Amino acid sequence: MCDTCGCNQTTSTESRTLRVEQDVLGHNDELARHNREHFAARNILALNLVSSPGTGKTTLLQSTLSALRDQVPAAVIVGDPQTSRDADRMAGTGAPVIQINTGQGCHLDAGQVHRACHQLDPEPGTVLFVENVGNLVCPALFDLGEAARVVLISVTEGDDKPLKYPTMFAGSDLCLITKVDLLPHVDFDVARCRDHARAVNPGLECLSVAATTGEGMATWFGWLEERRHQVMSQR
Amino acid sequence: MHELALAVNILEIATEEAQAAAAGVIRRIVVEVGQLAGVENEALAFCFELARNDTPAAEAVLEIVTVDARGRCSACDRVQAVGLSVTGCDECGGGLEIVEGRELRVRSIDVD
Repeated sequence: MCDTCGCNQTTSTESRTLRVEQDVLGHNDELARHNREHFAARNILALNLVSSPGTGKTTLLQSTLSALRDQVPAAVIVGDPQTSRDADRMAGTGAPVIQINTGQGCHLDAGQVHRACHQLDPEPGTVLFVENVGNLVCPALFDLGEAARVVLISVTEGDDKPLKYPTMFAGSDLCLITKVDLLPHVDFDVARCRDHARAVNPGLECLSVAATTGEGMATWFGWLEERRHQVMSQR
Repeated sequence: MHELALAVNILEIATEEAQAAAAGVIRRIVVEVGQLAGVENEALAFCFELARNDTPAAEAVLEIVTVDARGRCSACDRVQAVGLSVTGCDECGGGLEIVEGRELRVRSIDVD
């Protein structure tokens, strides 16, 4: 019809299939890789602490940070839907703490950890604790770039939790059974819990701890020291 | 729930691909979800319907292809179906390494 405006040209409106083949979590995984490289380059031991709400992550961290104070540099990134209450609780421990409020979000992701690290700028040799949102489901899918994932379960929960949340336990490197000072008052069987945890992850090491009384904490500190040593000797 | 974050990611990937191909409308998005991916298909479908509004995929169908979980025995090399709990090889009891079932990817999109 007309060679000036091109109205004689037709565009096809036929449906076509485009191959995509992209991982849904590709962007997060790329950021996690970047985090991991950054941590390795600066000998930073990054740990992702996960559990149900109320298992005792913050109390454990308070005790741990107090024990590490003046000996090992430490820093904390803590995620909660709302408030800075967890960060406030850890304020007196000598370690810098950043609180991330996820709002409606149910997990931390690699991007949030990346941005928090820019703010924190941990020195080489730091043990960086990431206290994830209390949730045994969603955080399992989101690699943060950590060296190890530590899953916590308290004796006031069911000892069959590892069977009910296999994805989380299968993807973890250490299991801490917390609040063991309450064992005389509950129905929790530690040996049974360990068996269940190893059914979904045969290599999963399980440690029993009580942050308020100190029971088992020396073994947990020993695990930290060993992991930190591995990271420090990696260059 | 995390399926909302996943649905948003799926739409971002699909939109980028559609834009790269100069396509205006996305009709279908095919995703592979492994049995061990930690995703609840119904939740993903529900969240997709919420998240697709005001995107080029506003009318798109989400097709979820489930990938069965399979493991290879480290001792006898036999590949077999696996469940969420780790059991030994059906044949020799050896340890199983997961070779399929953790996928979470956008396979393809249909566009106009």
